[in-house]
Amino acid sequence: MRRREFLTLSAASVGGLLVYTLQGEPLRISGEEKPLRIPLRFFTREEALLVAAATARIFPSDESGPGAREANVTVYIDRQLAGPYGRDAHRYTHPPFEESEPEFGYQGKATPREIYREGLKELEGFDRLSAQEQDRRLQAMEDSVFFRLLRTHTIEGMFCDPVHGGNAGMIGWQLIGYPGPRMSNAGDVETHYGQAFRPKPVNLEQLSQAFGRPYHPSEDGE
Amino acid sequence: MKTLPAVDVAIAGGGWSGLLMAKELGARTALKIVVLERGGPRARGEYLSGMDELDYAVRLRMMQDASGETVTLRHHSRQKAFPIRQLASFLPGSGVGGAGEHWNGITPRFLPDVFRVLSSTREKYGEARLPEDHRLQDWGITYEELEPYYVRAETLLGTAGQAGNLRGSPMAGGNIFEGERSGPFPLPPQKTPYLSALFRDAAKSLGFHPYPHPSAIGSKVYTNPDGITRPPCSYCGFCERFGCMIGAKPQPTNLLLPVLSRQTNVELRTGCSVRRLAHESSGNDSRVTGVSYIDGSGEEVFQPADIVVLASWTLNNTRLLLLSQLGAAYDPESRRGTAGSNLTHQVSHAGATLFFDQPLNRFMGSGSAGFAIGDFDGDAFDHAKLPFLRGGTVMVSSYGSRPIQNFGTVPASVKTRWGSEWKKAAIEHYDRTATVGFLGEHLSYRGNFMDLDPVYKDRFGDPLLRMTLDWRDNERNMVAFMTGKAAEIARQMGGKDIIPARPLGRYNAVSYQTTHLQGGAVMGSSPETSVVSPYLQHWKAPNLFVVGASSFPNNGSANPTLTLLALTMRSADAIVGKYLKKPGRIG
Repeated sequence: MRRREFLTLSAASVGGLLVYTLQGEPLRISGEEKPLRIPLRFFTREEALLVAAATARIFPSDESGPGAREANVTVYIDRQLAGPYGRDAHRYTHPPFEESEPEFGYQGKATPREIYREGLKELEGFDRLSAQEQDRRLQAMEDSVFFRLLRTHTIEGMFCDPVHGGNAGMIGWQLIGYPGPRMSNAGDVETHYGQAFRPKPVNLEQLSQAFGRPYHPSEDGE
Repeated sequence: MKTLPAVDVAIAGGGWSGLLMAKELGARTALKIVVLERGGPRARGEYLSGMDELDYAVRLRMMQDASGETVTLRHHSRQKAFPIRQLASFLPGSGVGGAGEHWNGITPRFLPDVFRVLSSTREKYGEARLPEDHRLQDWGITYEELEPYYVRAETLLGTAGQAGNLRGSPMAGGNIFEGERSGPFPLPPQKTPYLSALFRDAAKSLGFHPYPHPSAIGSKVYTNPDGITRPPCSYCGFCERFGCMIGAKPQPTNLLLPVLSRQTNVELRTGCSVRRLAHESSGNDSRVTGVSYIDGSGEEVFQPADIVVLASWTLNNTRLLLLSQLGAAYDPESRRGTAGSNLTHQVSHAGATLFFDQPLNRFMGSGSAGFAIGDFDGDAFDHAKLPFLRGGTVMVSSYGSRPIQNFGTVPASVKTRWGSEWKKAAIEHYDRTATVGFLGEHLSYRGNFMDLDPVYKDRFGDPLLRMTLDWRDNERNMVAFMTGKAAEIARQMGGKDIIPARPLGRYNAVSYQTTHLQGGAVMGSSPETSVVSPYLQHWKAPNLFVVGASSFPNNGSANPTLTLLALTMRSADAIVGKYLKKPGRIG
């Protein structure tokens, strides 16, 4: 077993971040208050810093609100890669592997873990570049399997339930006015026509407590 | 191989059709029945805290695990097939209940002329209008014969909707193009989310005839004839790809299993992967002697049975017939054989994407709380001057938008797909974006079929099923026409920026369309062109019944579940009323 590595997240800046809602109203988004020191499951510390830097350009923290850094997208991706998804536990991986037209889907042999390991080698030193230089590097690799995966995972890490490590403090959901897994909208679905209805978000942890049934995310399966 | 004591009926597959057959036979006879399901059991309350978009809708927790078995695909017979390494364009379920657990509950009937699509098209437009390589055929059953079973299926589910053709009278607010109904829906329509209301009002003002999707998800508390009571929908927006948290959506596990658990003559065995149907010659016919399967511990087991019902998911029914070498495999060159012919999907197309100024609150909804128009379905409109036959429904879904799958759509003016500009636009438009979609009929063609793949194998070493499937000009021209209609309605709905969908290209295995595949073991009035009779009885082996959408000779534009339930009930009636009294071909 390799030495356990940690990623320290300076999430303190999130607390009380001022953003604008879909109606243009100022809203204070709440998030994690304390800096976090999170054990990494798959990435080395160096890899995690590269992923954090790249996802922060894909979904930046800027005037339109918090982004991948505040949502802990890197933690989300690290856990996904460490779990069954990362090793392609549910993909058909029998040979032969042959190139196909895109309509047939990804035909490669490499697992998500391998795609990241290789892709991140190409990004060496990325976290020390200026934002403009970082964007140029990413633009040059936009069509690669690795970049497409990174973009997809960034969106997943922004908007997944916090139980998966991303969307910390439900910050992604607050950004777009999504209330999470609400049990019932029966009294609201035929009202609010044309008006924003933005109930306070709930998450799976709260639901699990209400039902007394712990939820086991798939990435914790092994 | 271990051989078990014989049973009267062995049913392969524990989804909608298999469990319904078990319930129908189990309740009305003393037959000893075993249902073999390859997936696992479901715990009571399993779905209660399962409202997790990532694990269920993205990582596909309820779907068939492709690592052990998938299908291969090629567009035409001269091409090499590739395995679909991650199922995506359709999503078969796994576990008890199968795909019936994670559906949206949209339950229209098929139009009457779907069942005689070849005859009715010929009569109206002449032989010359049929596509050159079509394999259209009549079903050997009429809408009128099936109507009482549609009523029974709707009563079982407790469907919610507005009749549009009640005993021949057009009804305002319903689909006036539908076949005649002998009675109203058991329940009134579901509630109307904002987007559905926008579509309804726009379509009406353009002179079309909008109607709420017929819905298996209830609008009120409903108790069906089996005594199963379900609550009304809560519009939480977690239907498709999820099991229902409160049981408002009928699923085999909440509608059929509780009844089966009271029937001591029915046994459900999970973790049992059926690999072959065993059969022997009996004169000119065959007789199925039982099924062999691998059980949960990896042991090979033979289950002898007097009657076998093949009720696995559509494509797998065909695969098991081919693996068992039961009946002649279809050959598209000689056009001999029938097992594997008439593979169809459903033409599911985005139509038009529209961006509004106002928010839509799209997180609230239900899988079947959409609205549609039937003005361009089937032959409701004249095709004499159009470059295609048949049609479909133009519609909106209000299934409850979830953020991972729906974030990121931006107007055409935004050129980037990541970074600050894209992020800002995507946040702004997240809850202001919708699509007016299209669900259309997919004709059957000689060149769209299934056989066994010569290269790729499943986890047991058996060949995968190979699909040879592509769209033709009929579907492409249909989509082009319907995209225009979708854009017209989208403009009327007040969409500020409208992006018409791209033309239909080649069959694409990457983006989700629907899980509605049909064919492979099709029904008909002649063994020359069909695998099963209109009672779903195998032509070659009279003690075998092959149920499910594998029996549909073509896709009917509408979603298939209600029709497959109705056909299963009709088959069960024939087994109880006719076959058991006089085993042999049901006349």
